[in-house]
Amino acid sequence: MSLLSRFASSQFGSNILKPTSILSSSQRRRSFSSSSDETLTIETSIPFTSHNCEPPSRTVETTASELMSFFRDMVLMRRMEIAADSLYKAKLIRGFCHLYDGQEAVAVGMESAITRKDCVITAYRDHCTFLCRGGTLIEVFSELMGRRDGCSKGKGGSMHFYRKEGGFYGGHGIVGAQIPLGVGLAFGQKYSKDPNVTFSLYGDGAANQGQLFEALNIAALWDLPAILVCENNHYGMGTAEWRSAKSPAYYKRGDYAPGLKVDGMDVLAVKQACKFAKEHALKNGPLILEMDTYRYHGHSMSDPGSTYRTRDEISGVRQERDPIERVRKLVLAHDISTEKELKDIEKAARKEVDEAIAKAKESQVPDPSDLFTNVYVKGLGVEACGADRKEVKATLP
Amino acid sequence: MLGVIIRNNKTILLRPSFSSAFRQFSSSAKQMTVRDALNSALDEEMSADPKVFLMGEEVGEYQGAYKISKGLLEKYGPDRVLDTPITEAGFTGIGVGAAYYGLKPVVEFMTFNFSMQAIDHIINSAAKSNYMSAGQISVPIVFRGPNGAAAGVGAQHSHCYASWYGSCPGLKVLAPYSSEDARGLLKAAIRDPDPVVFLENELLYGESFPVSAEVLDSSFCLPIGKAKIEREGKDVTITAFSKMVGFALKAAEILAKEGISAEVINLRSIRPLDRSTINASVRKTNRLVTVEEGFPQHGVGAEICTSVIEESFGYLDAPVERIAGADVPMPYAANLERLAVPQVEDIVRAAKRACHRSVPMAAAA
Repeated sequence: MSLLSRFASSQFGSNILKPTSILSSSQRRRSFSSSSDETLTIETSIPFTSHNCEPPSRTVETTASELMSFFRDMVLMRRMEIAADSLYKAKLIRGFCHLYDGQEAVAVGMESAITRKDCVITAYRDHCTFLCRGGTLIEVFSELMGRRDGCSKGKGGSMHFYRKEGGFYGGHGIVGAQIPLGVGLAFGQKYSKDPNVTFSLYGDGAANQGQLFEALNIAALWDLPAILVCENNHYGMGTAEWRSAKSPAYYKRGDYAPGLKVDGMDVLAVKQACKFAKEHALKNGPLILEMDTYRYHGHSMSDPGSTYRTRDEISGVRQERDPIERVRKLVLAHDISTEKELKDIEKAARKEVDEAIAKAKESQVPDPSDLFTNVYVKGLGVEACGADRKEVKATLP
Repeated sequence: MLGVIIRNNKTILLRPSFSSAFRQFSSSAKQMTVRDALNSALDEEMSADPKVFLMGEEVGEYQGAYKISKGLLEKYGPDRVLDTPITEAGFTGIGVGAAYYGLKPVVEFMTFNFSMQAIDHIINSAAKSNYMSAGQISVPIVFRGPNGAAAGVGAQHSHCYASWYGSCPGLKVLAPYSSEDARGLLKAAIRDPDPVVFLENELLYGESFPVSAEVLDSSFCLPIGKAKIEREGKDVTITAFSKMVGFALKAAEILAKEGISAEVINLRSIRPLDRSTINASVRKTNRLVTVEEGFPQHGVGAEICTSVIEESFGYLDAPVERIAGADVPMPYAANLERLAVPQVEDIVRAAKRACHRSVPMAAAA
């Protein structure tokens, strides 16, 4: 109980709820038209804070169609994650399930600033990132339910989604491991002379990992196009950032590497930051983006998420900073769409998710012979055994 | 080289009597150190495939801590021969990420003791990725370096990792002995699309072995998963890998003088283990001695013994003998170190035990 009362009085809790101005001064009022490629300039909620670099402008260029696509995508993701919650409670999803609702703006904003030739790698809170990189709802739900139509044919599970053709390299269960892996992808891009970058996402919990600093050191020494993105949702499982980091200014922790602090609930700010980061990394090597974001769910489905933070805090963020609401307000303020149309989009998303779940439920579980596939690319005709090697044996092709 | 003469419908076999000619033949074959074998294999594979690159501590400007990568920086440049800081977890992860992207990294550990700092990436990031991604993310990487005991380097620098990595599905684990092994297996490892742990031995680097023209050819490659019968025999099978192959061969010489014909199997591949060659040999000799430098518990010999019991139990005429390192952290003092690793006489003694078990167990009570 004393911990919760600390929240009430501490700097920490109030920082998360700090209201950000949704509609600041320069907006263009335009009459409603279907022309969707007209450029809009919108200011981010707050200016960027930078470390060792000049921050990008807080004025972001976008279009009506882009804002609508942001809305659609985030709504779909929100629905998807909430549906996954229900499936987990119905015991159709097993093991670990880490949900991303609240953080949608990071994945969506990033995707809008990059191409599929840029690489993205993240940890285990990967469902929405997978979707952004070209994955489908059916692949998500089938994988979560362990069916053969899943993106990993049912053999990976929630934490191991991949889409190599979309530049998405997973889906990793070991906290922090994805950071050196991502720097390795950036190495590959530089080695191959591809004019592309890699975004390695990690949480505030992973931000203290030694291998982060090892990888960043090499990225800086070898001038690699690596962007480290800290999705700071302020809690590493049940441990608040002020309890795990002596310096929770994660964007500064790169020391020699430049850093930018970004309102991760503002999809336009995320887009601007990622655009800036890509240009920077291609010329000057690695930098760190800290996305100030929030997860509504607990760490995973096993965590109610309310023993280490107050319900007031959670509902406060939902009220003040929800990424979808922010875009809804923008879209309405700029007459890009109507309340009804937006509600229809939400209904359509719900329907799309429900249909995908129904389809995924029809998908079969993997064939027992799949136990032994993909152990190697080249199995050399070697024998692999089941639990009783006299009973179950397979030859690896 | 036996000659056959057919005279008056009788076939007479000629025994070879030109042993001196044999000696002449072998001395004219080229000799190559294991070090040069590894160096030439790296060189040729880097030349053949621009995606292959080498990274590790001191591999570039220092020419390699053990000079295995000598000359490679000069030949291929700093983009392909990369000196890393002393950060195994970081650079191994970077190597694996590069392999995800489609490059073919060779990551050197100065010794495999330091691989423990990076073992999460070897196992969780490399070995399991192809499976977890159902074939989307393959990892064509080689982790190489000296493994096991050296001389006087103490407990933290003498651990053998053969059974550690050998237990992990998704990895291939190789252990060369001779220069031919070193060349053929390293080339195979670099060409292989899966993660390969390549366990060298520091004390073998300077040893010379004869290499044929075939071995020296740049296309030479040995199959992964196949053991080699270094010496044929009929009384007892001795399995070994890496440096212990040399000890087993010496033991076989000694045993031969005492009338015991030992068949020495050079495993070459820890994973996949060539169970069929081992079992075929035991079915012939009916007796088995496993030899390894590493710790006995849960070791390579334990796996070989179980494999033989599972597949060839009826053929065993004696319990399987296991020669391994002592169950202690490696001591420094030379006399203690000698007691901590297998010696030739240990292998001889075990083979004799396997062969002379004429006293029934009950009678010993």
